[in-house]
Amino acid sequence: MLNKSIAALGHDLHTKKISSTELTQFFLSRIKQFDGELNSFITVTEEQALQAAKAADAQLAQGKAGALTGIPIAQKDIFCTQGVKTSCGSKMLDNFISPYDATVIKRFNAAGMVMLGKTNMDEFAMGSSNENSYYGPVKNPWNVAYVPGGSSGGSAAAVAAYLTPAATGTDTGGSIRQPAALCGISGIKPTYGRVSRYGMIAFASSLDQGGLFAKTAEDLALLLNTMAGFDENDSTSAAEPVPDYTASLNDSLQGLRIGIPKEFFSPALDKDIGSAIEAALKEYEKLGATLHEIHLPTTALSIPAYYVIAPAECSSNLARFDGVRYGHRCKDPNDLEDLYKRSRSEGFGKEVTRRIMIGTYALSTGYYDAYYLKAQKIRRLVRQDFEAAFKEVDVIVGPTTPTPAFKLGEKISDPLSMYLSDIYTIAVNLAGLPGMSIPAGFTQGLPIGMQLIGHSFSEARLLNVAHRYQKATDWHIKTPEGF
Amino acid sequence: MSLTVDDVKKIAHLARLNLAEEESTLYTTQLSSILHFVEQMNQADTTQTEPLANPLDLNQRLRPDRVTEHNQRAAFQAIAPQVEAGLYLVPQVIEGE
Repeated sequence: MLNKSIAALGHDLHTKKISSTELTQFFLSRIKQFDGELNSFITVTEEQALQAAKAADAQLAQGKAGALTGIPIAQKDIFCTQGVKTSCGSKMLDNFISPYDATVIKRFNAAGMVMLGKTNMDEFAMGSSNENSYYGPVKNPWNVAYVPGGSSGGSAAAVAAYLTPAATGTDTGGSIRQPAALCGISGIKPTYGRVSRYGMIAFASSLDQGGLFAKTAEDLALLLNTMAGFDENDSTSAAEPVPDYTASLNDSLQGLRIGIPKEFFSPALDKDIGSAIEAALKEYEKLGATLHEIHLPTTALSIPAYYVIAPAECSSNLARFDGVRYGHRCKDPNDLEDLYKRSRSEGFGKEVTRRIMIGTYALSTGYYDAYYLKAQKIRRLVRQDFEAAFKEVDVIVGPTTPTPAFKLGEKISDPLSMYLSDIYTIAVNLAGLPGMSIPAGFTQGLPIGMQLIGHSFSEARLLNVAHRYQKATDWHIKTPEGF
Repeated sequence: MSLTVDDVKKIAHLARLNLAEEESTLYTTQLSSILHFVEQMNQADTTQTEPLANPLDLNQRLRPDRVTEHNQRAAFQAIAPQVEAGLYLVPQVIEGE
């Protein structure tokens, strides 16, 4: 059973080779065995999982089951789950039992999936190493002295160690693609608006997008079929129809035009990662694709623009945490201002505090034009770069990260060096485009991720491009030793 | 842009955050270096560029003005730190007699 894909597990469930209850117990026992070391879960929902598995088994027995019925999944602790603690990795929400389900949770529940628990993450999804969690850092299963990436580090580590066959994530500046790369698994950040944000705790609303982790592109396609779609409860939800993402997985790549952004291969790129991506591009040529050099000249300015826009939106979104309606409240406040200030300072960690202050400053009187408005103009330039590129090519391929996983503690005291680890992913969020990371090799025992970027709503094409590569290579089926 | 400790204290107040003295000093250094970094944006000529607020350039979708939510006050207040008679309690703001 170890490391079977969702497609294979679904087949076993439908042919009665295994029950959902047995499958759920298998993953729950792996979580018990390994998560003491990895710390990838904040909450394990054993009782609810076994109940859901029982219901799924009844559906399977009645022949009413769908492709995902009875398959376990872990949910990033940013998605509200009714009756279950939803902490967002923060002390602020350590006592928060959500009174409702996020749309994403509702969709997976309706498909008969079994939630194993809620995964660890950087506080309010701010971070690239999962070291900003109130619940402690997550370890990378490939080497537990290294970070799994972030902010969806718990989800990525859990899938890499096969504590769950799939997990959700969110990606505001790279928080799905970067941990997928660092943990050697497949991840997809869909187009902005493709997946509902309702009940997904807001960080930067114009950038946040829910997505997925799994071992293979095929599994991501199966899951995205359920996860994607219009939601009237999300005011920026896209009304675009959702295709069957599995239908085109095997389409030929003959004539596919791949764009290679020159800016992604600067001297800052780790040599082994560069070689691995070049080898992958040769593989694509064998599959019939043609390679074209392209330019994304505004890439270097995407991080500065992001670190104005994201904190600005964060400072506004996180103003809701006031110690009055839910979440952490300080003891014995003197007056209302003391209540606000102490509740917030006690509830938020360092990185969240930094970003709230940067955002507050950028939006304050006299600085708005120089920072926020300027950043939004850069944002348009970034999108124009991509629009020009997609006139010449069908997909863009490059590295996901400039380096493999770094050591726990290595960058935590230097916020700027942490920010720079998202150099290849952030522009995609600013432009709202879909992106993926898939395994493409190893350097010194640590995984290398390859990033695929498409034009808006081209998820089916990206999944197809990823799947054909995975049929020709075996990086995605490698597993970390000892798990 | 380099911030002073007083700037940082003012920002913290605007954001309703309490900073200890040593935190104010640390954040002054860190926020100044982040602001210095983001000022790279000035390298780009954006005189002819319109700001982009939403990646899809969407307008907010409107819906008919009808009741879609029912009252869930009890459920929402069950997770509140302090409530009484259906009201959220905060420290007194208006002086009594």
